[in-house]
Amino acid sequence: MIWVDTIVQGVLLGGLYALFAAGLSLVFGVMRLVNLAHGDLIVLGAFLILVIVSALGLNPFLAALVAMPVMFCLGWGLQYVVLNRTLGDDILPPLLVTFGLSIVIQNALLEGFSADSRRISVGGLEAASVSLGPIAVGVMPLLTFLSAVAVIVALNALFYRTALGRAFRATSDDPVTAGLMGVDPKRLFATATGIAMIVVTIAALYLGTRSNIDPTIGPARLIYAFEAVIIGGLGSFWGTLAGGVIIGVAQTMGAAINPEWQILAGHVAFLLVLLLRPRGLFPRAND
Amino acid sequence: MNALLETRGLTARYGDFQALFGVDMQLDAGETVAIIGANGAGKTTLMRSIAGVLVNGPDEVAFDGQPIGALPAAQVMARGIAMVPEGRKLFPSLSVEENLLMGCFGRKVEGPWRLETVYGLFPVLKERRNNPGTALSGGQQQMVAIGRALMSNPRVLLCDEISLGLAPVVIRDIYAAFPQIRAAGASLVIVEQDIGQALKVADRVYCMMEGRVTLSGRPAELSREDIHAAYFGVHA
Amino acid sequence: MSAPSSSGWTVETRTRAATGFAFFAVVLIALAFAAPLFVSRSLLQDLFLILTMLVLAQNWNLLAGYAGLVSVGQQAFVGFGAYAMFACVSLGGLDPMLAILIAGMAAALLSVATGFFVFRLQGAYFAIGTWVVAEVVRLVLAQWRALGGGTGTSLPNAATRDMAAVQWIAEAFSVRASQAADILTYWLALLLCCATIGFIYWLLRTRQGLGLSAVRDNQEAARSVGVDARRIKWAVYVCVAFVTGMAGALIYVQKARISPDAAFSVIDWTAYVIFIVVIGGIGTLEGPIIGVIVFFVLQKSLADFGSWYLLVLGLIGIAVMLFAPRGLWGLFSDRTGIQFFPVRRILKGGPSIDHQGTRGGPHG
Repeated sequence: MIWVDTIVQGVLLGGLYALFAAGLSLVFGVMRLVNLAHGDLIVLGAFLILVIVSALGLNPFLAALVAMPVMFCLGWGLQYVVLNRTLGDDILPPLLVTFGLSIVIQNALLEGFSADSRRISVGGLEAASVSLGPIAVGVMPLLTFLSAVAVIVALNALFYRTALGRAFRATSDDPVTAGLMGVDPKRLFATATGIAMIVVTIAALYLGTRSNIDPTIGPARLIYAFEAVIIGGLGSFWGTLAGGVIIGVAQTMGAAINPEWQILAGHVAFLLVLLLRPRGLFPRAND
Repeated sequence: MNALLETRGLTARYGDFQALFGVDMQLDAGETVAIIGANGAGKTTLMRSIAGVLVNGPDEVAFDGQPIGALPAAQVMARGIAMVPEGRKLFPSLSVEENLLMGCFGRKVEGPWRLETVYGLFPVLKERRNNPGTALSGGQQQMVAIGRALMSNPRVLLCDEISLGLAPVVIRDIYAAFPQIRAAGASLVIVEQDIGQALKVADRVYCMMEGRVTLSGRPAELSREDIHAAYFGVHA
Repeated sequence: MSAPSSSGWTVETRTRAATGFAFFAVVLIALAFAAPLFVSRSLLQDLFLILTMLVLAQNWNLLAGYAGLVSVGQQAFVGFGAYAMFACVSLGGLDPMLAILIAGMAAALLSVATGFFVFRLQGAYFAIGTWVVAEVVRLVLAQWRALGGGTGTSLPNAATRDMAAVQWIAEAFSVRASQAADILTYWLALLLCCATIGFIYWLLRTRQGLGLSAVRDNQEAARSVGVDARRIKWAVYVCVAFVTGMAGALIYVQKARISPDAAFSVIDWTAYVIFIVVIGGIGTLEGPIIGVIVFFVLQKSLADFGSWYLLVLGLIGIAVMLFAPRGLWGLFSDRTGIQFFPVRRILKGGPSIDHQGTRGGPHG
């Protein structure tokens, strides 16, 4: 019974990792860009929500809604002004620029908020739980997982049911020909990053409400996100959710054996998948 | 009378290599113009310059009297110049229907062409609407590429080497659609290596060699010898 | 007249600036070697820092700038080398100098084992994959209770003092053992630095090195002329791990205190190193040398500003990558044409028809 509980907690934790990963997966899918500052942008989002909560006295969920357009604009501008310049055949510029960005965000947050740990309070909801049959699950972990599923459903709908999604896929295939269809790739990429930042804001909300945050924890979130994307297979949103769940379950199982093994167990699961299925569990056909 | 589309002293270069040396060309409303010439004559460069894939001086290309030479492809397309690119260039991640829908992403105007009328023009595409575009035969892919360009109801349709690599019978099928496309109101610029085909469909012909226009005129006015000389640079 | 080779063409990599620089470099190295005689102990420690950072930077540059393997996980080898050295010294009672060599080999072994994983990933994913590996190694070593687990441990006091070389230096310079240990680690850093630069310079001028540049410029084309990209990349990855492991061990002989978080710090052993190489000029041997000087000057002048220092470094790194991707050295070299470490082959001479015509005129 305890194992069932451990697995359920792991699946729910996986929802959080899928939220971390969805934005990374989106940006990679559209422009083949891997943003090494992704984790730090999540932390930045969490601090933004924190500021809105304390400045306007809003409920964190409302604060996240307020933060979304801000983060969208930030992502749009970042992509349009900085990251578009790095796209091309050479892999060095995007990697090194986003790595630099990661360091800049971390240290700017350290300057602004100090190294103290903080937490976004959701007014008692942290401790609330509901019974799923014989197992009690926390309301926040459950909300996290449901949000992750909702985000994946929404991203799939966006990608496969809308004109914008068609343009994303077309431009990912061939930006020059997409230009002939009226797509301005620079603006389209900026929009994609803006949308990724909305997903990042959702991830930030749950990161900040479920655990303590400080400016230096971004890179670890990037690594979880990256592992989820690779396990799932590049370019598949549902695969990303599966990847997040695998890491989550591996972590809670590891922690059940020895609390110090939690993080390590997640990484080991990733390395095993990499060894056995190097293209991930659900690779997209034409990659 | 003002031309619908005009190039004046159009030059283009790829790095140090100059591909076009002052090309003057014009297309009147309702006309079909064919551009012929050997490989490397600059035909595709000319098309890419008009479409905005290559950026030129603003006044080197004029559309409806407006300078468009310096506009990027997306803005040229929005004004009503659509291109069927060489090699078809379908989007492999998109189905046939999604490829067609992509055609009007940047220009949504009411007109004769929409999904149903394009399917009416090329009925085979309707049967295969949910297949990936790249799963089709070469001729069917070419139909998708033409249909995709029509979806924006362009005033000018640029067709680059649409018969390249296709069997003669397939080429005939595709060209059979052209009268209908013209009748619906589009003016056409066709790049064609097959001189016979070009002379058959065009109102006027430009022959290019080494980045220059070497001959132009109505098909009936041009002799075989003139075309041969303009095409190969030698007198037969 | 000099005798031309049979075809009349000669291939040279030598340039006049390089010949001048070679002479200057010999003098500089001799001077650096003698530095303990006339510089203060704190300056010696600064020089140690510069030299070890330069070793790490040159290695990362070889990996990313020449082999196209952008790793953000080189702290794995720094930390693993350092831990291997600690194990040899604290647990095995070995001489630290021997332990440094063993640490290099341990890091090379680790690179072989982890290479099987990371080489399955391409480009950007390779980068994050190396980071994951570094995290795994850190988390595993944090479980090693004999070396202090998560909180770390110190080298036994006697370990460095009792080294044969330290005692000899202490007597020869009549200094205390702790100062003699600084002199020794400085000399070792100088040696490692010269050997690293010499090795990379040599490598880039060999057939393999030429193949490496070919792979970086165009993998497909390189393969078509028979360059085995995969094998070369593997070899570079392992060599770099070996030297990086030795550098890590040497740094921690001097620090004498280790913890997993410090030894596997992505900031200290990878971020700084990347900024040094990018600011100086990636893909050149001169770049990291310029970069390490800039890094050091910035560090000294911004030391009191805490995280502003890294913030500024990050912004400079981004700006350089966007607007001068070949770094400070690239800007200088493009304007002057000067190369101190010429690796490009220059074709000279040749049976010129003109040449024979003018020369032949009056006599023939």
